[in-house]
Amino acid sequence: MSVDKDMQGVTLTPEQQKSRRQRNIAIGLAVGFFVLLFYVVTIAKLGPGVLRSPM
Amino acid sequence: MSFVGNSNDAMATPVAISVASPGDYIALLKPRVMSLVVFTALTGLLIAPHPVNPVVGFASLLAIAVGAGASGALNMWYDADIDAVMQRTCRRPIPTGKITGQEALAFGLTLAFLAVFTLGVVANWLAAALLAFTISFYVVVYTMWLKRATPQNIVIGGAAGAFPPIVGYVAATGEPSLACLILFAIIFVWTPPHFWALALVRAGDYHRAGIPMMPNVKGADHTRLEILLYSLVLAPLGVAPFLLGIASPVYGVLSVTLGAVFIAFAFRVYRVRTGPQADRNCKKFFGFSILYLFLLFAELLSERVITLIMGMLR
Repeated sequence: MSVDKDMQGVTLTPEQQKSRRQRNIAIGLAVGFFVLLFYVVTIAKLGPGVLRSPM
Repeated sequence: MSFVGNSNDAMATPVAISVASPGDYIALLKPRVMSLVVFTALTGLLIAPHPVNPVVGFASLLAIAVGAGASGALNMWYDADIDAVMQRTCRRPIPTGKITGQEALAFGLTLAFLAVFTLGVVANWLAAALLAFTISFYVVVYTMWLKRATPQNIVIGGAAGAFPPIVGYVAATGEPSLACLILFAIIFVWTPPHFWALALVRAGDYHRAGIPMMPNVKGADHTRLEILLYSLVLAPLGVAPFLLGIASPVYGVLSVTLGAVFIAFAFRVYRVRTGPQADRNCKKFFGFSILYLFLLFAELLSERVITLIMGMLR
């Protein structure tokens, strides 16, 4: 009985599920924006040189 | 988030799993303070003699804003006990139990690191070091030490709020100059009378929380005198950007006019000491002090934007 309960873990309430989902989306968007920001800054700092290949 | 260690206990009792929304985490960043920081840092960034790359400028500003937000989160983590007993702050995410102190601490430290690292990479490491200094000054020197120790808390601690124009300027140029130091001085001298006007109205709140603000320690009359004295220093200091050739005569006229009104408001706070009119004068002074700083920086900003646009059109 106790083992079964352990296996089931914690059951989230609908409110907890909703807030967790919102937090996950917010973290995802923030990480995506951070990656995009560094990409754009890299291009901006390198300038036209970014297209010149050493080969 | 709060995690549950033992699932059997969790089954028996309602579990303390977080129901905090992203909005609660945004509230930890003190968005209104952040907007003021962004505004003053943008002014510092744009008064630089050479225009900064827009992408680098935007990323630098974002890093400074996140650094300010991190300071706010760390401040709320440390001050949760006094926030809970003050009317103005009792609805913040930690006192209401939406976010735990540990979560706020982790959130603040992570953002502080990311902000400093990002500013170092996109702008330069002197600006990043200044941002790190600003965050630690606000959290350690002001929040942890001065705020609960001395009525001069806001005088010295106010330096943290005055640093953003320097950080913005250094992000653009790599080194500070007289121009950004003047902006620092204006905000530094503006901060004490601005906060003391609020402290006069909310003296009971600060007394309950045990914070030694000027009205609680030196008395309301002494605070009113200090507000007037600081205002007499601030008004000519506000004109300095024009006198030093950083701003146009339009700014000069505006700063003289606003400075005179600032002193007039301060004098009314000094003169009327009791009754509802005294509180109303303090609230009006508080409101005007925000408008004063906003208009001075907005004028500097618009002058610089106009110059940049004219330069591009030529």
